[in-house]
Amino acid sequence: MLAEIFSDYTLRIVSIGSILLGIISGTLGTYAVLRKQSLIGDMVSHAALPGIGLSFLIIGSKNTEWLLLGAFIAAWIATIIVNTIYRNSRIKYDSALGMILAVFFGFGLVLLSYIQKIPNANQAGLENFLFGQASTLLERDIILMAIIAVFTIISVILFWKEFKLLSFDSDFADIIGFSTDKLDLILTTLIVIAVVVGLQSVGVVLMSAMLIAPAVASRQWTDKLSIMIILSSTFGALSGVIGTIISSSIPKMPTGPIIVMVVTIIAFISMLFAPKRGLIWRRIKDYYNKKELGANMVLNNLYSLYKNHGEDFHPHDLDTICLHHTGIIHSKRMLKRELHKLEILGLAKEYENGNWAITQKGLDKMESIFFEDGRDIV
Amino acid sequence: MEDYIVKVNDMTVVYHKKPVLWDVDLKIPPGLLMAIVGPNGAGKSTLIKAMLGLVKPTTGKTTFWGDSYEKQRKKIGYVPQRGSVDWDFPTDVLDVVTMGTYGELGWIKRPGKRERDLAIKAIEKVDMLSFMDRQISQLSGGQQQRVFLARALVQDADIYFMDEPFQGVDAKTERAIISLLEELKNRGKTVVVVHHDLQTVPEYFDWVVLLNRVIIETGPIDKVFTEENLKRTYRSSHENLYRKRDVM
Repeated sequence: MLAEIFSDYTLRIVSIGSILLGIISGTLGTYAVLRKQSLIGDMVSHAALPGIGLSFLIIGSKNTEWLLLGAFIAAWIATIIVNTIYRNSRIKYDSALGMILAVFFGFGLVLLSYIQKIPNANQAGLENFLFGQASTLLERDIILMAIIAVFTIISVILFWKEFKLLSFDSDFADIIGFSTDKLDLILTTLIVIAVVVGLQSVGVVLMSAMLIAPAVASRQWTDKLSIMIILSSTFGALSGVIGTIISSSIPKMPTGPIIVMVVTIIAFISMLFAPKRGLIWRRIKDYYNKKELGANMVLNNLYSLYKNHGEDFHPHDLDTICLHHTGIIHSKRMLKRELHKLEILGLAKEYENGNWAITQKGLDKMESIFFEDGRDIV
Repeated sequence: MEDYIVKVNDMTVVYHKKPVLWDVDLKIPPGLLMAIVGPNGAGKSTLIKAMLGLVKPTTGKTTFWGDSYEKQRKKIGYVPQRGSVDWDFPTDVLDVVTMGTYGELGWIKRPGKRERDLAIKAIEKVDMLSFMDRQISQLSGGQQQRVFLARALVQDADIYFMDEPFQGVDAKTERAIISLLEELKNRGKTVVVVHHDLQTVPEYFDWVVLLNRVIIETGPIDKVFTEENLKRTYRSSHENLYRKRDVM
């Protein structure tokens, strides 16, 4: 299969294009997600459509560069309008996004159907931008994408601390002298470029997934921004290759949507299985916490018995230890089990005729829970 | 009286046609701890933000040492409200505190060993060394507040503005923070704090601004922080105030 990619020219171009797109959108999508601007990708891609139509009408060329330039200008104007509305009115940011998205996309559709009606043999194919057609990628397009990828990576490295500051605490950025207006303009322009680059292969409708899904997936696996960006672009690139391979091995399978499917599956798997943040991992942790809590409650009871009986290690029978308010401990068998667990840890000790008492080590542990400024109780 | 370091002239801030601050005149003398006190919605945070240019005032201007904020930026430190950022951001304590050095570094340049050392020193000051590599999402409210404080300390400013640094903080941390503020004062710095707890005002601060959209009164605690003035500040809610005082 891999050999096939390298031997088949079209396939090779398409996979390289998808990889580059994955790297660009994965990198910039990280910032969109962290800044809670996930919808911006959707707005930008939809708002690009009238630009494609107008560019074709004015220049009359179907060269990708011209069409994408039109797309870029339209999308960029849309972002400026959204920001202006947001700053100068009481309309919320997401409402402004939704509004401009609808207006621009609607206008784009009108333009496309108008173009289809004018008698010109050349117009076919513009509607491909709706869902993307990766097979139309040419070597020229790949070179353009490679340049943009390098440009993106250099910008992110150059403005590393500035973008981080903007995403984490933009007020503070302003206070210490980094104009967030400027930074926001740079970052948003990069995001617009990233989205526009993907229009040809993934299309207007699905492009936002390429921006958001890799970042959401990578966030699950790491707590470091640098690793998050590297992982995110890796996930983007990976889904590009896998999507291309799948769509090329099954006839009539559109590449763009398959890539989006793959990246979505990666995001889902990450959300389920990633350590620490994944749903399943958290369930397992909850289960163990509950078990741990049972033992801790028993230890707590032993501790209060110790405190209330003249602070000596005098043993008590099970009925005394099992106070009413130990919600998790509902049987004597369970209590015994927890006590034996504590014994293994050296926190409690069994005396003759099945009586139990706390040990010095158990005492230390309880005091550390009560008196130390820490959050982990293990 | 000594010279004032900050002067606010005729500042009015309007949000959607509703005045939040009305014709505020304020002078801040150097080397003291100052509280901004007033009921909810009195414009306490807005006052700080407008002084620092985060909120655009409709009229009026603020000068720092007779100059604009932009020119004196490096002498001014800021501690925002803890809730103003997303603590689930993928970064750790050291990284956040290092952000305090970015202003001095300027554009593009990266923090190096010097900046790292400064940050570590500040983290030590707020007693968070053992949490240096901790993810910020794993911090308690008090610890988050101390991280923000450390980030401001790194700036080594001459005047600090702090927006509710005691909010959601346990008694131990509150004491730690206040002794830090006193240390700053002893080093000749000025600290302006948006504060909520009236009981502790006379204990913690030297100077007070009573604010309720307009400045009701401002000056040294012993002259200004009187029952009568507080009543005027909390006009509509002064009964609540009494109840609160009785409980204490």
